[in-house]
Amino acid sequence: MSASPRSRSWTIWLPLALFLAFIALVAIGLFRPADRNVASTLIERPLPEFVLPGSLPGTPGLRSAELKDGRPRLLNIFASWCIPCRVEAPQLAELKRSGAIVEGISVRDRPEAVQAFLAEHGNPFTRIGADNAGSVQLALGSSGVPETYVIDGRGRIRYQHIGEIRPEHVAMLLGKLEAAR
Amino acid sequence: MNRSLSTPLSSSVAETLWHRAQVSRRRSTRTGLGACLLAFLVLALFAFPVVAQEMESTAPYAYRQLDEAAKEAKAQSLMQTLRCLQCQGQSIADSDAPIAGSMRSLVRERIAAGEEPEAIRAWLIERYGDYVSYAPRVTGLTWPLFALPLVLVALAAFLLRHRFRRGERP
Repeated sequence: MSASPRSRSWTIWLPLALFLAFIALVAIGLFRPADRNVASTLIERPLPEFVLPGSLPGTPGLRSAELKDGRPRLLNIFASWCIPCRVEAPQLAELKRSGAIVEGISVRDRPEAVQAFLAEHGNPFTRIGADNAGSVQLALGSSGVPETYVIDGRGRIRYQHIGEIRPEHVAMLLGKLEAAR
Repeated sequence: MNRSLSTPLSSSVAETLWHRAQVSRRRSTRTGLGACLLAFLVLALFAFPVVAQEMESTAPYAYRQLDEAAKEAKAQSLMQTLRCLQCQGQSIADSDAPIAGSMRSLVRERIAAGEEPEAIRAWLIERYGDYVSYAPRVTGLTWPLFALPLVLVALAAFLLRHRFRRGERP
């Protein structure tokens, strides 16, 4: 016992303090869980280069070079097999009615399935590219369907909306398009 | 049963089972019901591959290995250390999520084209952040995780230094 009682008095509480700090850390994680969506890190960066064939037979495909014509637009990643994509269909139609240009990329899909999907839920898309391998989806940093990107007139990604577009998101997306002008 | 040669296998099996069900119905209704159930189950078994075909990924290498065994092994070891973006507790090698199929296909195609595994990992990290990789990197954000064990060992040594000394001189 070479240490004086005074210097020992604080060190003896140190393990307890560390333990309580650890408990606090776990509690924060429990009560405020982290957002599990994996966001693209390509925001404010140029759209990756891609050339996709048309999703439906006899329709033009979608090339990244076509998305740099000076007009901002929405790029919607969807699939006929994706249930939330059905939920967002009326909102995409409303966005189109409000003057937004909506481009589509169908992911891991088949022409006949896309056709049936559009016949049932409407077709708000100017063009639809078929990303059957899902490689363009990965190049965009998209982690699921549906996702909607706001692309500015110079072909830069300005915003990524993860998940379906609900009615309350329409005005926000129109605002993002206006800001990307 | 001459017809059975031209009809699909499943229907001929069903016919046979139906005949058996007819025979057993004469014996008792209970076994007849059981045979019907069996017939249904057998039919369901034959119907399954059709469903499975529809679920199949359109990504070319999602469920197909590379022909070259060495490259497939290289792809496999990378796939085991990449996170599926949908079912986030699984690697893309273990996951059946559609996007994991695309990621496997991407990994295999790039490995086949001669790209290095770490370059593919870096390409994915550039798009999704560190979260996509299970192999931890030392960055400005993660260095405390690597430093903390060393700090704790040093702290323990500091706190216990008197005890060690006392042990030397009893």
